[in-house]
This record gives sequence, C-alpha cells and structure tokens, in this order.
Amino acid sequence: MTTYNEFVIRFANVNGSGSASANGMFAKSLFRMGIPVATRNIFPSNIQGLPTWFEVRISERGHFGRREDIDIMVAMNAETYEEDVACLRPGGYLVYDNTRGRPRSLQRSDIVDVGIPITKLILPEFSDPKQRQLFKNIVYLGAMSALLNIDFSILTGMVSSQYRGKDALIKPNIHAMEIGRNYAYKYLDCPFDMQVRHSELAKGKIFVDGNESAAIGAVYGGATVCAWYPITPSTSVAEAFEKHALKLRTNQDTGRKNFAVIQAEDELAALGMVIGAGWNGARAFTATSGPGISLMNEFLGLAYFAEIPAVLFDIQRAGPSTGMPTRTQQSDLLSVAFASHGDTRHPMLFPSSPKECFDFASASFDISERIQSPVVVMSDLDLGMNEMTSDPFDWEDGRKYDRGKVMSFDDLEESEAFGRYVDSDGDGIGYRTLPGTHPSKGSFFTRGTSRDEYAVYTEAPEAYSENMDRLVRKWETIRELMPKSEIYEANHRAGILFYGTSATPMKESLDMLYEEGVELDTLRIRSFPFGHEVQEFIDSHSTVFLVEQNRDAQMKTLIVTDLNVHPDQIQSILYYGGMSISADFIVNAVLEAYERDKLPRLREVSS
Amino acid sequence: MTFVAKPKIHHPLLKVNEIGLKRRDYEGLVSTLCAGCGHDSVSAALIQACSELSLPPHKFAKLSGIGCSSKTPSYFLGNSHGFNSVHGRMPSVATGANIANRDLIYIGVSGDGDSASIGLGQFAHAVRRKINMLYIVDNNGTYGLTKGQFSATNDRGSTNKRGVPNLYTSIDLVSMALQIGASFVARSFSGDKTQLVPLMKAALLHRGFAFIDVISPCVMFNNHDGSTKSYGYIRDHSAPVVDADFIAPQEEIEIYYAPGTAETVAMPDGSSLRLRKLEDSYNPRNRVDALAYVQNALDEGEVVTGLLYVEDDSVDCHEVLETPDVPLNSLDESVLCPGSAELAAVNDSFR
Repeated sequence: MTTYNEFVIRFANVNGSGSASANGMFAKSLFRMGIPVATRNIFPSNIQGLPTWFEVRISERGHFGRREDIDIMVAMNAETYEEDVACLRPGGYLVYDNTRGRPRSLQRSDIVDVGIPITKLILPEFSDPKQRQLFKNIVYLGAMSALLNIDFSILTGMVSSQYRGKDALIKPNIHAMEIGRNYAYKYLDCPFDMQVRHSELAKGKIFVDGNESAAIGAVYGGATVCAWYPITPSTSVAEAFEKHALKLRTNQDTGRKNFAVIQAEDELAALGMVIGAGWNGARAFTATSGPGISLMNEFLGLAYFAEIPAVLFDIQRAGPSTGMPTRTQQSDLLSVAFASHGDTRHPMLFPSSPKECFDFASASFDISERIQSPVVVMSDLDLGMNEMTSDPFDWEDGRKYDRGKVMSFDDLEESEAFGRYVDSDGDGIGYRTLPGTHPSKGSFFTRGTSRDEYAVYTEAPEAYSENMDRLVRKWETIRELMPKSEIYEANHRAGILFYGTSATPMKESLDMLYEEGVELDTLRIRSFPFGHEVQEFIDSHSTVFLVEQNRDAQMKTLIVTDLNVHPDQIQSILYYGGMSISADFIVNAVLEAYERDKLPRLREVSS
Repeated sequence: MTFVAKPKIHHPLLKVNEIGLKRRDYEGLVSTLCAGCGHDSVSAALIQACSELSLPPHKFAKLSGIGCSSKTPSYFLGNSHGFNSVHGRMPSVATGANIANRDLIYIGVSGDGDSASIGLGQFAHAVRRKINMLYIVDNNGTYGLTKGQFSATNDRGSTNKRGVPNLYTSIDLVSMALQIGASFVARSFSGDKTQLVPLMKAALLHRGFAFIDVISPCVMFNNHDGSTKSYGYIRDHSAPVVDADFIAPQEEIEIYYAPGTAETVAMPDGSSLRLRKLEDSYNPRNRVDALAYVQNALDEGEVVTGLLYVEDDSVDCHEVLETPDVPLNSLDESVLCPGSAELAAVNDSFR
C-alpha cells in the first residue's frame, strides 16, 4: 500500500563534507510542496571529519518528535554504516553508495537495499576533487527526488535561486542532480511505496529555526543592544539579530544603525553590558547556554537586587560542565531560576515553537522593563537550531512597548520626593529614573548592597528585610504578568504536564496512548512563576505526569517550591540522553505507570 | 572617617561657574574613607575639574566596581546617577551604559584590585573598544577593605606592613593601556592636585578612552617604609615628564611651539590642551616612544607621571559601531519596530 507524506528519513554524513546544504534543500523542497516538515540535525562538536546525521520527519498528522526507528536511511558515512543499518525499521529502505562492496555481516534481509554507485557516477562527470566530494550529496538528492516523487521543478528552482549571481554553479549542480535522478529512474523501482505528494497543510506556514525566530522577535521587541559571547547552541541568536537588524534597522538616509551588537570577551562581560544598557534605559539582551549562565550568576544577582531590566536567551544544551555541547536538554531550570548567591528568583519563559520564540522574545522586553528584573527565555538546542514548520510571525501595528515605571523630566517636576524603591503602587515595583533626566531631582545610587527605600546604603535589619519582602510582593505581580499555560481538558482522571520541546512529540504520544486506551488531559507550562491554573490542574487530576529532559526533575522541584503541591502528586517522566525526547519514550513511561499502579484504561485493549 | 556634616545652605559669595553653579554643587556625600586616604583627594580633584569645566552635574554617569576606590562615586557629583556594580566588572557595565546613551559623560572609578586583578580582562577590553569615558584607577597597591593584601600593581620587593615582601611582578596598567590602544593615557599622584586637575579636565573632554592611573596611597595598609606606593616614596620617585594645561575654548590661545618645550592639542569641543614637556626627549604623541619611556623608567624605579600619551583625531565606540547621533535609549517603537508589512516579507523569506 502506498503511503503519502508520513515518514522519517535520516541522512548519515561526515561533517564538513558539504552535506548540510543538500540536506537542507531536501527538507525545504518538501516544505515547498506544502508538506509539514521538521528537521533534526545531530552533529558533533567539531568542524570536519566526524559523523553527523540529518533527520527529516514529514507528517500530515502533526507527528514531529524524534522517532527511534527510521523509515529511510541514506547511509553516506562508512564509519557509522553498521549502526545506521541497524536503526532502520523492518521494511525500511537503505540508500547507499554501492561503488565498493560491503561486508555481508552488515546486510539485513528485512530491509530494502537501494544501492546507487554514486562515486562511480561522479568520476567521469567532474574532474575537480572538491566538486567530486560535494556533488556526491547532490547526486543522492537527485536520486531521492525520483525515489520519493519530489517535484523536481522545486529543486531546480531552489538551486537557481541559491546560486543567483554565481551562475557558473547552477548548471553543474543541476547536472549532478539529474545524474542521480536519471540513474534512479533507469535502474531502481521508482517511487517507493512511501512517497510524497503536494499538500495544503503547510500553506501559509514558515520553515524556520527557533534561534532566528527569537532574534527577529528581539528586533520587533525593540532591543537596541545585544552583547554576547559565542557558545553553541546560542550563537545564531546574536548572529541572526545582527543580520536582521542590519536589514530592518539601518537608517536608509544616514547609514547609521539603530542598534549595537557587541561580541564581549566572555559571558560575564556580556551580561554586564546588558545590565549597563538596561540601567540606562535601552532594551538589551544576551544569548547564551548553560556554561554562560554559570558565569553570569553574580551579575544576575545584581540585576535582581538592584532591579535592572535584562533579557537573556538560554539555549540549553546537555550539561553539567562542558557536557555535550551539541546535544539538547532542559537542564538549566534550577540554575536559572535561582541564579546567584543569596535569595534570588528569576522569571522564565518556555517557548515550544519558532513562532513562540518570536512572541516570547518580543514580550520578554515588555515584561522585563515592567518588572525591572531579568527575564530568561528558556529554549534549547532542539528548538533553537533545527528548522521546522511553524505558524508565521505576526505583529499588530500600533502595538506600544511597555517601558515600565520610568519617570520623565515632567514626572519629576511634579513629584515631591523621589524614592527609587518606594512601593507606592503596592505591586512591589518602584519607579525608576534614567541618568541625565533632571538637574536636581531623581538621581540615585544603584548598588548591589543593601539600601533603604530612598536608595541610601543601610545595613539596618528592618530595611533589609522589608526590601526582601517587597521583592516577594513583586514576584506575585510577575506571576500575573507571565503567559498562562496551554490546557486541553476533557475531564480525564490523568493529566500530563510538559514544556518547551517536550511538546514536539506530544501529539504523537497522545495518539499512540489513545490506541492503548489511555487518554490524558494536557497542560503545557509556558512560564515560571506558575499561574494558578497549574495548581488547579494538578489538584484536579488523580494521576499527573510531568515530562522533562533532565535527570533531576527540575521543573517538578520548581512546582513543589512555587506552588502548594506535594511531591507525590507528580510522576516524572525523565529523558536526558541528549537527543530530543521521542513519543516512544513518553508512551512507554506512561504505560509502565499504568501497569505498575493498575490504573484503569478507558477501553479494553486487545494486545 | 570624617564626621563633619556639610551645611546645606551655601555662602552667597561663593564663586559660581559659567552655568551658575558653585563648587559645592559638584560635591557628593561625606566620605566614609579613612582620614588622609588618597582617594578623597582624587574625588576632590574631580569635583574641581568638573566644576571648572562648567559641566552640568546631572549629565554625568558614575560607575564603579567594588573596593575602597569604588565607594568614592558617592562622594562627588551628588546630582548624578551612580552605579556601584560588582567586583572587577565596572568596564562592561560602563560599556553597556555608554552604548545606550552616548550623550552622558562617563566616569569610571576603579582600584588596582578591581582593574588589575579580578577585572584585568574587562579593563583591557574596555580600552580596545574605545569606550568614551574617563577611567580612573585609584592605585594604592593593596586591598584596603580586606586589610592589606598585596594587589597586582604592588611592586615586587615592596613590603606589607609586617615587612613581608611581595614576590610577584607588578602589572603596570599604564603600559597596558598604551599597548592596547587607549587614546589618552596619564599617570598622576593623589597628592599633586596641580598636576591631577588639568589632566582630569583634558580627559573628561577627550573623545575615546581616557585613562588616568592615580597613585593614591593607602594610609592604613600601604604607607610605611618599604612600600613603593607610600606618600613618601612617590614624592621621592615621581618623575613628571609632560604637564598638561587645559585651555577652555573661550580663552585666547596663543599657540607657541618651541621644539622640545610645548605644543597644543585641539580637543573635540573646541578647547585645547597645551602640553609642556619637562623632559626634552619625550614625545607624548607617539605610542611606541611613550611605552618605551614608561617601561625604561619602571626599570629604573621611577614613577613617570603626567600626560603620557594623547592621540589626535581619536575615535570612540560609537563611530566604530556606527550608531546614530541620538542616544539609542531615546528611540521608541516608531523607529525600532519594523511593522507588519516588513514582517510579511520576513515570513516570505522562510517559505
């Protein structure tokens, strides 16, 4: 039976061999056929020579998580050939270069072998050794277009637009593609019974990664200062900000830039600059990952205590220490939530799609200036660095930035006594002034040391405690400002909580569980501190699962700390291997709990 | 610590400057540093320099790190905002603040522990980024607040109060600033106001990174025999090479230049700086010569003071970054937000 637009294909390559561009074109061509696509780049912390995999999942059912058995494998790396063959599901297709023979021991009888003599096909056509290497990728791309029935005009169109201005490259690229395509038509059974066709489902959508989306959100959110230090997987946030700001924020008449990007000497300096700029009234951000967060701890404490806006993007990777720099995790929650010595708390946002990276990026500046404290957008490598089908970005013209409680010259003229930390509105947030506003009113000394309501240094116990208590009142104000959870409830007795990229495999998990007679209500956490709806959801379900991508159940710790929840109310499902979490993993964990605790299923399932 | 409260009412006959302000309008809170602390003299010199330049006090931003030196921004310019940040990290905070609002005058006050030890990296990078600011290091060679440990600017062989010598080579921030590209580099002595005030005035009006290393003895922990940062030692070993006279724009300037004696440097605001050479062979406008001179003097045990290097046509970070003439913090959504039509094009680029 032929199936359409529902499979996982994995390309196994050697990094630095030029495969990224061919694989990217493959995914984009499917998206352009209107098919929902998600990609996953599994790469080493290395520039050339090590194994790398590129996975494309296309699904009209909205199943975009990583899957543990692959439908189609394009095995181009001899070094990983054995494991690549092993991960195919029975009945899957193995596409490989059969120019040279391969050991019998690596052959499987339950899969379909699709050998293409790629190296041999290339030799007579190209003489430049570099081209011979690069075009191997293009040849298999051409072959795949025949095997999967990809609209060839889309591929050739992409080559033409990609090399516009470098016309000499267009012809050989298309030629290499045709070599593979023609070979497939002539010698192979085309197309596979698993193939693609035009669809409407991705119409109007965009194909983008989370980091670039966050960067564009920062441009729209009015960020003018970006200070950062290169670190995988966050680097592309700052680089994309600069790229888009150059285009969207350069004054066409003067050539001047209405933004500044500074590559700092380390993460400490990066956050120091953000805090200096925030203190001075500019919207500023940094992008980093776990090791950077560790270095920024002292400054985060300063910004919390001195009450200065700052936006951080933490694109999480597998820790601790250097950990696995190119693997994904959700393991910085605790270190961010309570970053710095002393009593501190920092609000966090948890985006789970590129569109939400954009939305939260722009919103974070409003929230941060409103609450005069750092806000951290908690993305991860999986979301940040992989292109996927997303709702398009939108922006309501006329939307005003919320600059928070900042007193102007006129405000100061009318005011009697200025007290920086006086809680006159009862929401825990004082009024601030920017340097240079007024000749005689509103100046104050910002410090990380204890002070009274008028910003005067003091070590008096009452003044210190009152200030710390006011910061708790502010925390409750923050709770109301944060985006609420996304809830689907149908009065099931069991519910599942998740956040960030654990949302990606959730649709598939729920569909699989349904087949097993298990139905769950869902709540996607979008922020910390938690809204009251999280408490209510947990209290109204007798079984509550919480999916996380870390070892120590960090979100559970936060829930138990921030809400009135007993640890026993939550059953953790924890994956921390560094790949993104799969539906299989979640489903197995839920079913195990159902077996163990003898929980009733909705329907009897014949197994 | 001084306990004399300052009267709030000023004497009516006190002299006013060009913007109608008295010296007292540039003062800050009463210092809580030790009596005789060199740092208080530095603050006093700053008050005098700012007041004589007739600069509006609220248009300053004062930044500091942690340590005795970093407390001093409370003691001058009471009507300007100050920011006492974290140890060794003032340069990055000052960088961010400066990028956000280019219209203010930035004064960073740091110490030798703050800038030469924990914050050496941040100091170096603020220099190379050409942050437009006056960066003062109150240099006493010791950690005062933790009671007398050696700092990184303490000279090898110099002793602490108990007579124990420092075993390690000192870091000379002046040489570093010269080498990394500061466009204004000076060294002075907190006990020499005649030299210090004009240097500060010139530095405040300089465009780019202006660095003054002020030897400022710690009367509690580093003012004994055997210390190379004591009042006595500096008075005996100080070797002024170039004095700077600051000349306001309004004054008639007679430019005279006798080779080897004096020359004039134009400042960005139209004022000028007249350099009087005390040492014939010294050329304060040649970075390599200046560095060689300073290093040779160090080897001789001499502390070279004065304006050691100044660059004509200096540039600052905003020229490098190509930011607009108006401060970034003054821009609102009408300028910053590209709007929905542009966003539609952005969306299309991802299709």
